Amino acid sequence: MPAPTTEPAPSTELAVRLTNIVKRFPGVVANRDVNLSVRAGTIHAIVGENGAGKSTLMKILYGMQKPDEGTIEVDGRTRSFRSPTDAIDAGIGMVHQHFMLADNLSVLENVILGYEPRRPFPFPFLVDTGAARDRLVELGERYGMRVDPDVLVESLGVGQRQRIEILKVLYRGARTIILDEPTAVLVPQEVDELFRNLAELKQEGITILFISHKLNEVLSVADDITVIRAGTTVATRRPDEVDAHQLAELMVGSELPTPETRDSTVQPTVALDVADLTYRDPGTGKARVDQVSLQVHEGEIVGIAGVEGNGQTELIAAIMGLVDPTDGTIRLGDDEITHWSTRARREAGIGYIPEDRHRHGLLLDAPLWENQILGHQTRPPNAKGPWIDRSGARRRTTEIVEAFDVRTPTIEVAAEALSGGNQQKLIIGRELMAEPRVLIAAHPTRGVDVGAQASIWDQLRDARTAGLATLLVSADLEELIGLSDRLLVIFDGRIVADMSPDEATPEKLGTHMTGSTVEAGT
Amino acid sequence: MKKDLGLRIAAPLLAIAFAMGVSALLLQVTGNSAGDTFRVIVEDGFSRTYIVDTVNRAAPYYIAGVAIAIAFKMNLFYIGVEGAYRLAALIGATVGAAVSLPALLHVPLILVASMATGALWALIPALLKVTRGVSEVISSIMLNAISLGVAAYMLGTWFRQPASQSPVLGTRPIDDSGRLPELNGLLRTIGIDVPDAIRVQSYVVVAIAVGIAFYVLIWRSRFGYDLRASGENPEAAAASGVNTKRTIVAAMVLSGAVAGLIGLNNIMGSGGRYTDVTVVGGLGFTGIAIALLGRNNPIGIAFAALLWAFMDAVGTPLANAGLPKQVTGIMQGITVLSVVIAYEVVRRIGLRRQAIDLRRSTEGDGAQPPPGHGPEVAPA
Repeated sequence: MPAPTTEPAPSTELAVRLTNIVKRFPGVVANRDVNLSVRAGTIHAIVGENGAGKSTLMKILYGMQKPDEGTIEVDGRTRSFRSPTDAIDAGIGMVHQHFMLADNLSVLENVILGYEPRRPFPFPFLVDTGAARDRLVELGERYGMRVDPDVLVESLGVGQRQRIEILKVLYRGARTIILDEPTAVLVPQEVDELFRNLAELKQEGITILFISHKLNEVLSVADDITVIRAGTTVATRRPDEVDAHQLAELMVGSELPTPETRDSTVQPTVALDVADLTYRDPGTGKARVDQVSLQVHEGEIVGIAGVEGNGQTELIAAIMGLVDPTDGTIRLGDDEITHWSTRARREAGIGYIPEDRHRHGLLLDAPLWENQILGHQTRPPNAKGPWIDRSGARRRTTEIVEAFDVRTPTIEVAAEALSGGNQQKLIIGRELMAEPRVLIAAHPTRGVDVGAQASIWDQLRDARTAGLATLLVSADLEELIGLSDRLLVIFDGRIVADMSPDEATPEKLGTHMTGSTVEAGT
Repeated sequence: MKKDLGLRIAAPLLAIAFAMGVSALLLQVTGNSAGDTFRVIVEDGFSRTYIVDTVNRAAPYYIAGVAIAIAFKMNLFYIGVEGAYRLAALIGATVGAAVSLPALLHVPLILVASMATGALWALIPALLKVTRGVSEVISSIMLNAISLGVAAYMLGTWFRQPASQSPVLGTRPIDDSGRLPELNGLLRTIGIDVPDAIRVQSYVVVAIAVGIAFYVLIWRSRFGYDLRASGENPEAAAASGVNTKRTIVAAMVLSGAVAGLIGLNNIMGSGGRYTDVTVVGGLGFTGIAIALLGRNNPIGIAFAALLWAFMDAVGTPLANAGLPKQVTGIMQGITVLSVVIAYEVVRRIGLRRQAIDLRRSTEGDGAQPPPGHGPEVAPA
């Protein structure tokens, strides 16, 4: 990480000030008593666990959601945003975690989209491309983010796309930029590049709000760090006052999952055996999963840590039969299942908690009991021969609602009406009640409130005690350390470390996750 | 759930009322009497003659609606029903006329021949989609045009009854054993007297059977669950073990098989042969409107088909009374448009209600604020 060469004079002016913000949703974690003061011309990090309310807070600041109570001040003036347009007018820009760029347009066209400069009279209906190009080039020069305005976005890599997103908000006149988990999708070199860019932006007087849950990054790049837990701002610290461990404690509070009573329940039988598994992207030929070998025993939780986009998704897809591996074998117990259909794997006893429950886990318009069938539609109590057993499925759903504390008035409501935490509890319940031999759990507590998180952890621990073999993929290091019997680190499609949770610390994992060769970067 | 049912029925009723209002306005503006028009529609429309006409017309509409709905349930916009049913009716009529069998074999043979033709015809866009990613919309539009040409060619050259026997272009007639009886006699035995001049086609029975099969297959079977899941969320369905490609093929083939039954009502009735009069065009497209109006639901489609058929049927008395019968076509169009809007409004109201119910039942168990650490403000 390159340290900023010249420290700008510490500013006492506040670019953004939030006072006593409250935001309520039915049944989900809300923001309450949020107080945040961001000094102008600084990098201010917001850290917190997944689901702690970081994103909601930023949506409030960016005008995507209206707070129920509290005030927002920008540059000393109280503001009320009805939409992002209002926020942009007030000089606030946001770079979303998932980029919002049109692939088939050029860099310049993407940057000016919606804010096209008009030509002077008599052609005000034409875009003044020349002026736009000059402005973009000038912005690039000033902030050290040079780009070729005419290249198509589809040909660019992730890091470059992110730079274009930043230029886009600068082009719209932003003086305060919100970056939502900007490093989640970047490789280490790109992270370095981003941090260099941020330092330059800071020098030019731009204020940066940097949302993250990666503590080492935050400590190296931020001027101030505010911790959010369960929807509330619990502390603001300077990086020289705290270390990563203290921040982690602030983040998880009393919920810090201690590697408690780790009585090993690991049995000698191997339930899932992945050997030399390789999956190449059919488009680029790049190995997304590269010779991965791992074993999960009965009664064991094997955790996989890694920066998102390092092959976790593809590894899971290959184990679930959603993509066909290029090479290697997958065995479930004594059966080789490498090329089995997804349904055959499900029937053979693989449970699946998908990383994105809306995309891969639920039928949002369908009632809960129909959602409970999903993935188990060929077996009792959900099926009788070729027919769906509606009463059996309803009975099972009622059992899950009770046993897993799914908060819902009836099992006939659409899944869409439930909060994220309750949707997730339904999914966990449906997978565990089917008594799988192997459970693939991807980010099982992502975006759920603290209460639901604790109960999901308990359920996973209980299932482990009962002999379930679990492969746990998570971005939450505390979760990984707290639950796993063994920890693997995946980087660039390869398993680069294998350790016991006793020796693992977030710092140590972080080092491996970014690839040991580029250790200095983090 | 009771409340929801009320809401669901309210939506189409409101839409129909709205369509009637707009039609009345149009009638007045064009110098016709809305009062007279609606009186003719109500008085003559509900007379015995036109009720029978409505039911006879509704049967093929219903089957067309179901054929479309099967694909819609899978989120496939398969509009090849139009081409499939005309080709299927021609093959069914030809096969039926070529053999002489007892009724118990003859009738099923015609039905199966037509369904098989429809299924095979739908297999083409299905395979194009799953193997080459061709949009079913494009391929089925093209196949509609092709099927019309193919059917016309086959009828004109191979399957035609010689002109010496019949001046009208058509297939040879089917023996009585291959035709379905009229229901007038049956109705008379249960006390409903319909003059023999007004033929009550028994094809409505076929339509009801199709409706029951549709419901059982889509809502009660594992296959139907897979199909609906794929339609609602293809990625989640795939993760749950559904073979999406196979389900796409099955849905389209099934849709084509049902489409094969659309055009047989007159062929297996008093008409007895395929001509441009016994098999009218456009039912495949009408089916899209009816499936939309009926929300892909077996009961809803029945109401939609009856409504559509009723508005067709009253065209005749309107014309007899010197009133513009085009008004029924306008009403059909406006009803579809306003129903689509009304359903969306109702869906949102329903979701909001569920959310309110949910809040009430889980009041106060949101996440508790963390203990300790009071909020702090940034260092100045």
